[in-house]
Amino acid sequence: MLLTKLLHLETNEETENSLKENENAVICCGRMGPMCIPVYQILETLESDYSHVAFFDMDFDIEAAWAIRDLPVCATFMGLPFTVNYKHGKVVAAITSIQNKKQITEILANKFSQKESNR
Amino acid sequence: MSDNNYEVIIIGGGPAGYSAGIYATRAMLKTLLIESCTVLSQLMLTDLIENYPGFPGNIKGYELIENLKKQARYFGLEIKEGFVEYIECINATDRKWRVVTQNKASYTAYSIIAASGAKAKMLGVKGEKELRGKGVSYCAVCDGAFFRNKTVAVVGGGDTSIQEALFLTRYASKVNVVHRRNRLRAEQFLQEQAFKNDKIEFIWDSIVQEIEGTDTVENIKLKNLKKDSVTDFNCDGVFIFVGFTPNTEYVRRIVKTDDTGWIITDGKMNTNVSGIFAAGDLRSNTYRQIATAVGDGVTAALSCEKYISRMRGNEYV
Ligand SMILES: Cc1cc2nc3c(=O)[nH]c(=O)nc-3n(C[C@H](O)[C@H](O)[C@H](O)COP(=O)(O)OP(=O)(O)OC[C@H]3O[C@@H](n4cnc5c(N)ncnc54)[C@H](O)[C@@H]3O)c2cc1C
Repeated sequence: MLLTKLLHLETNEETENSLKENENAVICCGRMGPMCIPVYQILETLESDYSHVAFFDMDFDIEAAWAIRDLPVCATFMGLPFTVNYKHGKVVAAITSIQNKKQITEILANKFSQKESNR
Repeated sequence: MSDNNYEVIIIGGGPAGYSAGIYATRAMLKTLLIESCTVLSQLMLTDLIENYPGFPGNIKGYELIENLKKQARYFGLEIKEGFVEYIECINATDRKWRVVTQNKASYTAYSIIAASGAKAKMLGVKGEKELRGKGVSYCAVCDGAFFRNKTVAVVGGGDTSIQEALFLTRYASKVNVVHRRNRLRAEQFLQEQAFKNDKIEFIWDSIVQEIEGTDTVENIKLKNLKKDSVTDFNCDGVFIFVGFTPNTEYVRRIVKTDDTGWIITDGKMNTNVSGIFAAGDLRSNTYRQIATAVGDGVTAALSCEKYISRMRGNEYV
């Protein structure tokens, strides 16, 4: 389990349910490594500003992580973490490797505008 | 003293900033540390630290930073998130400073300790941004496993570069160190390990001009500086460690820096402006290590304590 304050996804069932229950969701799949920790920390700080988005993390090395690792959009990814944005359970954006807050919030603003949310 | 007024404000939550925080709060100074979540301490980019005294074996970078933070909080350090955009003098007679963050939060203090470190430079060549995470990486420990039995290039000749090249030999079939000069700058211990490793080869006097690939890295264009020729070098990954640039934009108009923005201080961490101190990697002409950053932070806090006692007229002499 990752040592973050984000909600952890550990099984396929949890992943499927979370994507069903949340119109807007972000899953950050990585390890407790130096490129991943900054991304988790940024997502933690965004939770209060983006209450219409559910933020999750997932350990890259567990069975359930194949749901992320096998995604066609991640086929060319060679840098942790893989951060995938979902709307209504469908992938709308995916990024690889360390990102800064600006890069992450740009995607959130583009893909999950507050108007469309079901808050 | 109202909520946003402090005696000391420390900018940066790396080893220098937290060490200064521990000493300033123990000196009973009302102290705030402002840390940007977007830049991050270099310590967070370090997996295992083997040379920080007092930790035989090793300690993880993020564990060390968590320990420093915990220790500083214990003594009463206030920590806020924010990217400092600028500082300004608001009252020359009272010698008060205002610190303003990107989201327009504003705090005042009698004294500032700049401890905002440095960030890794990018190469700035075509293909680097586009292929980041798709073969271009800045962390071997994080991404090395994606390069099992592949050929990689490591750019740079300093400690970090050689440390990371050695790590990559666990996975890659070949690790080619590309360096602009014909000898390494890395510490001797690392050099010796690299020279005797069969998987590591050196490409001397060369720089990367471009990184090419459709979906992932396929090739780099290498320019030999001595021969002035450009050649193609096929590889699957490029790991970049080519030095640092100081995080000093917010203070450059106020204190004296060298030509490239590193802050000039004396041995007590005084800048040329009284009341403003600088500690850690952002200092000009210094060694850039965790232990030296910690020492700088402590020195800056002690100097700051003296400065504030002098202002109050109760300096211990
Ligand atoms: C990959 C790598 C490996 C390393 N390995 C080692 C090692 O094995 N041993 C060793 O001794 N050293 C190592 N170092 C060097 C060491 O990490 C640094 O010397 C040390 O972290 C410097 O500490 P600092 O506090 O000065 O700066 P930093 O650690 O860089 O911290 C500065 C802080 O300031 C914050 N900041 C920046 N700008 C602003 C702003 N405008 N507003 C608010 N906050 C801001 C940043 O977010 C950051 O948290 C390594 C460095 C790297 C990159």
